[in-house]
Amino acid sequence: MLLIECPWCGARPHTEFSYGGDAVVRRPPDPQAVSLDEWLDYVYLRDNPMGPHLEWWHHVYGCRRWMRMRRDTLTHDVLEVTPVDHPTGQGS
Amino acid sequence: MFALARHAVTGHRRWPLAWRSPTPRRRYQVVIVGGGGHGLATAYYLAKEHGISDVAVLEKGWLGGGNTGRNTTIVRSNYLLDANAHFYEHSLKLWEGLSQELNFNVMFSQRGVLNLAHSDPQIDAFLRRGNAMRLNGIDAEWLDRDAVARRLPLLDCSDRARFPVLGGLLQPRGGVARHDAVAWGFARAADARGVDIIQNCEVTGIRRDGNRVVGVDTSRGHIAADKIGIVVAGHSSRLAAMAGLRMPIESHVLQAMVTEPVKPVLDTVVTSGAAHMYISQTDKGEVLVGGDLDGYNSYAQRGNLPQIEHIVQAAISVFPFLSRLRLMRTWGGIMDMTMDGSPIIARTPLAGLYFNGGWCYGGFKATPGSGWCFAHTIARDQPHPLNAAYTLERFASGRLLDEKGAGATPGAH
Amino acid sequence: MSDQPFRSATGGLVDRTRPLGFRFDGRRLSGFAGDSLASALLANGVRLVGRSFKYHRPRGVFGLGVEEPNALVTVGSGARREPNVRATQLELYEGLVATSQNRWPSLALDVGAVNDLLSPLLPAGFYYKTFMWPASWWMRYERLIRRAAGLGRAATEADADRYEKRYQHCDVLVVGAGAGGLAAALAASRSGARVVVVEDARHLGGSLLESEARIDGAPALDWVKAAAAELAACSNVRVLTRAQAFGYYDHNLVAVAERVADHQPAPDPHMPRQRLWWLRAGNVVLATGALERPLVFGANDRPGVMLASAARGYASRYAVRCGQRACVFTNNDSAYATIAALRRVGVEVAAVVDVRAGGPGVAAAQCATDAERLYGCVATRALGGRAVSGVEIRHVEGGRLAGPKRRIDCDVVCVSGGWNPTVHLFSQSGGRLRYDETLAAFVPGAPRPGQHVVGACAGTFTLHGCLREGFAAGVAAARAGGFAGAMPRLPEVAESAAAHIEAMWEPPPIPRGRSKRFIDLQNDVTTDDVRLAAREGYASVEHVKRYTTLGMGTDQGRTGNVNGLAVLATALGSDVASVGTTTFRPPYAPVPLGAIAADEVGGRVAPLRRTPLHDWHSRAGALWVNVGLWQRAQLYPRAGEAMADAIAREARHVRNQVGLVDVSTLGKIELQGRDVAAFLEKVYCNRWRSLAVGRCRYGLMLREDGFVFDDGTTTRVGEHEYYMTTTTAHAAAVLSHLEFYAQTVWPALHVHLTSVTDQWGAMALAGPSSRDVLAQVVAGCDVSAAALPLMGFVEGHIAGMPVRLFRISFSGELGYEIHTPADFTEAVWQVLLDAGRPFAIAPYGTEAMNVLRIEKGHVTGAELDGRTTPADIGLQRLLRQEEDFVGARSLERTALNGAGRRTLVGLVSRDGARIPRGAQLVVDPMEPPPVAMLGHVTSACFSPELDAEIALALVEDAVRWREQVLFAASPLTGEHVAVTVTDSVFVDPEGQRARG
Repeated sequence: MLLIECPWCGARPHTEFSYGGDAVVRRPPDPQAVSLDEWLDYVYLRDNPMGPHLEWWHHVYGCRRWMRMRRDTLTHDVLEVTPVDHPTGQGS
Repeated sequence: MFALARHAVTGHRRWPLAWRSPTPRRRYQVVIVGGGGHGLATAYYLAKEHGISDVAVLEKGWLGGGNTGRNTTIVRSNYLLDANAHFYEHSLKLWEGLSQELNFNVMFSQRGVLNLAHSDPQIDAFLRRGNAMRLNGIDAEWLDRDAVARRLPLLDCSDRARFPVLGGLLQPRGGVARHDAVAWGFARAADARGVDIIQNCEVTGIRRDGNRVVGVDTSRGHIAADKIGIVVAGHSSRLAAMAGLRMPIESHVLQAMVTEPVKPVLDTVVTSGAAHMYISQTDKGEVLVGGDLDGYNSYAQRGNLPQIEHIVQAAISVFPFLSRLRLMRTWGGIMDMTMDGSPIIARTPLAGLYFNGGWCYGGFKATPGSGWCFAHTIARDQPHPLNAAYTLERFASGRLLDEKGAGATPGAH
Repeated sequence: MSDQPFRSATGGLVDRTRPLGFRFDGRRLSGFAGDSLASALLANGVRLVGRSFKYHRPRGVFGLGVEEPNALVTVGSGARREPNVRATQLELYEGLVATSQNRWPSLALDVGAVNDLLSPLLPAGFYYKTFMWPASWWMRYERLIRRAAGLGRAATEADADRYEKRYQHCDVLVVGAGAGGLAAALAASRSGARVVVVEDARHLGGSLLESEARIDGAPALDWVKAAAAELAACSNVRVLTRAQAFGYYDHNLVAVAERVADHQPAPDPHMPRQRLWWLRAGNVVLATGALERPLVFGANDRPGVMLASAARGYASRYAVRCGQRACVFTNNDSAYATIAALRRVGVEVAAVVDVRAGGPGVAAAQCATDAERLYGCVATRALGGRAVSGVEIRHVEGGRLAGPKRRIDCDVVCVSGGWNPTVHLFSQSGGRLRYDETLAAFVPGAPRPGQHVVGACAGTFTLHGCLREGFAAGVAAARAGGFAGAMPRLPEVAESAAAHIEAMWEPPPIPRGRSKRFIDLQNDVTTDDVRLAAREGYASVEHVKRYTTLGMGTDQGRTGNVNGLAVLATALGSDVASVGTTTFRPPYAPVPLGAIAADEVGGRVAPLRRTPLHDWHSRAGALWVNVGLWQRAQLYPRAGEAMADAIAREARHVRNQVGLVDVSTLGKIELQGRDVAAFLEKVYCNRWRSLAVGRCRYGLMLREDGFVFDDGTTTRVGEHEYYMTTTTAHAAAVLSHLEFYAQTVWPALHVHLTSVTDQWGAMALAGPSSRDVLAQVVAGCDVSAAALPLMGFVEGHIAGMPVRLFRISFSGELGYEIHTPADFTEAVWQVLLDAGRPFAIAPYGTEAMNVLRIEKGHVTGAELDGRTTPADIGLQRLLRQEEDFVGARSLERTALNGAGRRTLVGLVSRDGARIPRGAQLVVDPMEPPPVAMLGHVTSACFSPELDAEIALALVEDAVRWREQVLFAASPLTGEHVAVTVTDSVFVDPEGQRARG
């Protein structure tokens, strides 16, 4: 059971979170502006590294914030957790 | 049996090597990367079905040391979608003659695989799948609650269950096999046909000449090859990356566990989708239980207590007698989960490079069929109709094979 | 009752004033409080306690605790029957009933022992080479194999006992309370850190319990008692005894099974049988000690051959003689302590056989003064049958047996082949091992962060070293947590140097020697088996394990594995370090599944969600149906009414009069902010900017891969406030999905999301009279057709209670969804029923609701199975073209458009036969398989409105099959029904009724 340092709530067991997958891939800001192949790469292709991996986690049984986490997929060491920027949105 | 008696006279001191340990040659017609069940089966069928025995199987550790040796040994072909049904049924038929084919007892035990239904929508989905199986020529039976209870006397069919049993879909020809024996049997038989099986030989790079692959770099030197087949469950993305390819795959850990051995209590393989677990009893008497993925990308073949707790809770809820059995061993296997939950056996954008992977939970039962189809694909440079749907292009074209309808979330399949 | 002939009158930790009666295989015996079952059996002279797994050879007690491979018994009966219990770890209690296992008809006379005679035919891996012909016979062979395998018999009932779990955080967790562990705990606790100490045994002290050593001039036990007292007095320390740390998981989570009541005849009704601790530690000190391994020789499995440390433990802890005349066989100094311990309880020590030509160190040698000392010798064979009667001894010279055979008569052989540090937890945590040639053992490499390894577990076998390392680790662990601890004064310990161990993995071969040399006693794996595996090419250590089953028993190879590795290394011409170990997998020792589940089983395995109207439904006699975690009212049958009739009645009532259904399970999400409309246009595929305040709209939500994810209605409640409903099944997933996009993809959009599923109850009032009913009770708003048209929204009050009224129809009739705060829901429901009485209002359940929506061709989860596109369900027209929304681009893929897609249609049974659930649509059901399937039935029902059996289905090439006949085939149920393919809307296709 991982221990995750939520930027809002502090250290919590990973069972309070749900995993949201690879956070390296970014949804194209204007999907209409990229080729269909580029779009489908975003939807389907992953680096899937063995080692440090940037990924999304959602504190579903806590503050319900999505956050980026750098985690080693071999050792499960949590290397970094960063909140998502929210200039005008959810964070007021 | 006669061989056993003969060797008994000599104190078993004259049993031959099951396979040689050759020094790798500089060049092979075909190099198979990965000495698990699928890779060894591929080599065997290349030699047997296609007359190609100039083949090396390269294994970074020991034969069958990946998922072949850490799965829950279930063999079945109870699929909804046509492409999956036909492929897995072909594989199941190969299983049915495999011990004799290999002259090695893989202990394929057709004790039946029963999916328990716990809700109305599940009944609908199971009936739909069972009907599709029957129409595809695959055995399937619907058992009502009483029939399930008769077959599984220790199952909790009472209403106190949180998810009461409403019925079940049975595939009588499904069952289990001895996982290690499959790798060993294929290794032995491939070796006998001239295939070089090379353990402790890690592939570190794939060499290209333009758009064609020409060989592999290994911990034991460069090996040239006309054709290279990647079949490395648990490390598919890493090997593909050596060839510059990105895959529609994430690697996740799946937990499995056995209890201490007890006298026979469970003769059927039972799965419960609502409870997220599957269970069988091995010939040694251990009760073998598996469950869902840990839920996040991982290459760690380690235990994860919350998931183990969850699986055990589900197992006891379905079979209350399990509470006083003791957990003896737990382990994790790395599942290469694709974006639609179905595998890939296909050519790649690089000439001479073939890819077999993304088996999700389904790799073990596919072993002979996967090797058979992959051998065909490599030998003929085109897929067999049985694996024609298992392409890499299906994600771009939209011809997905999504048994669960979970979408592009690999961990959800 | 017997008189315990093998018990000394004094000494040990047993309480002779509290005799305890117990039974073994029906025999009445007695022991004392403080005994283990094994010590009590030995005290009574019971030597034969079990039969081995494969050859059914007689076996006796071999170890003292968790390492025991042989003495497995079944304890208890009925719902408390537990197989494979290690007698060495089971504390004796009054009335304990134990039976031996794996024998028939009795332990002494076991038919299965014929396997021992057949053993030449049953080498390692024999089953891979046989049972293949005839091919069809494997299942028969297998049945016999299964019956022969498996140790004890499992209970067949639900467990009668309770379990519980506790979470605990601490700064320092100390695993093992021997010298090193106690020292670490003392040092850490004095710093003020929160300390938890976990000890498997009943007493603290570990091997100090049987040690002759003196600490600060006093017996070691005094030091242990003082340490225990100090820890017990600390409020920042928790000490768990009878607690097995069995798993070391990520981020310093250690799982511990505490045996709360296993030493009692039955648990206190207010206490669990076992308690599972999930301990999360800042730092972990592993002081798990070491386990002795045996020496291997011929017939070394005879009852009476046992670990020297075990014989010593039985003598010291329990004052039990394991025999009358002993022979000690060792390759290291530790076994010499056994000689003194045996003598103290009156066992004659006939001889010490030491592999080392030079014998032991000075101190150890003094222990052996009265025994015959045979240095440079080995035991080659144990003699006897169901108990050992002697042992054959030979000299070893130059790696070969030399000199004449000597026979030493004895009834117990104490063996010591050295010590294996208990590295299991360390290894589970991801730590790497290295082989130490000097110790002839695998020891931990560098510890992981937040981890400290001390004492015998770290390969430190001196008491002084254990104390020093323990203190240091305790201080370091506390400091790592920010607690300033000082290194305590090291006590005085007098120790003299031991001579080095001499690795000896098995005696040199004996020409024509027939005795089996056992490595794994439980699984009957011999040295020949390991060599056979190596000879056949199963040369990897994992192959050997799997081919021979070495180390795969309930003891997980605790005593046998390293000997097996060494024999393999020799066979391969390699060395132990290169061969390496197999992986150490949790649990360290077997744990009852019940303890892991901790009572969250059966009805407690998942939460049960009930709507605010649950009690009302219950009083109304509703039948229940599980929908995900929810329990919903399925229908309200009247006395004597068949289910199908009740469903048809309820549905018909809605079409003709008025009905009321509970829809509180819908997911409900409040969306607030300036940019909600823009956000909705991103997450739904249809248009939202034009939605006016007071209007609702159907919304279709896709995944990024273009397939339909969910649907529902969203209402513009205010200028910047929207209210969304989702399907029951996807409520949680939709919220997470929306939060993902709001927070990470479009954070600039001003949107707040709040789940209000549980805050609002909801009901649908439907039927031609629904407006009349509503108009009677509603206040503060106008519900006339003009004021509240279809897809309109108003807020008002019913009997003073606030309600939100949505003119939405799932049934196709004039209808309203009425949402009200959960606490008012039942009252509002009752007011509506009362007001509706003149209109013959009746409640309806999920079944009738389903019938009504099928008649209207409305889709639910059965159609939206994650593989359908908007076009597949006829909603292509909703899509906003050329604009971005979730999933938009993926829809462009060729296979998601045009030919080959299965699209939504209706089916009507041609002859009135029921359309089978889950049927597949085919042209000719009589065709031999494989039969081409054109589509499948998604939802089927009897339509009271049409008086026909109808269904919704997804069919390829639907236009071509319109008004054609297909067969709904269900081979599973033996049905195939001719159906006409129709439009998917059966009732009121123009939608006049809902608009009325």
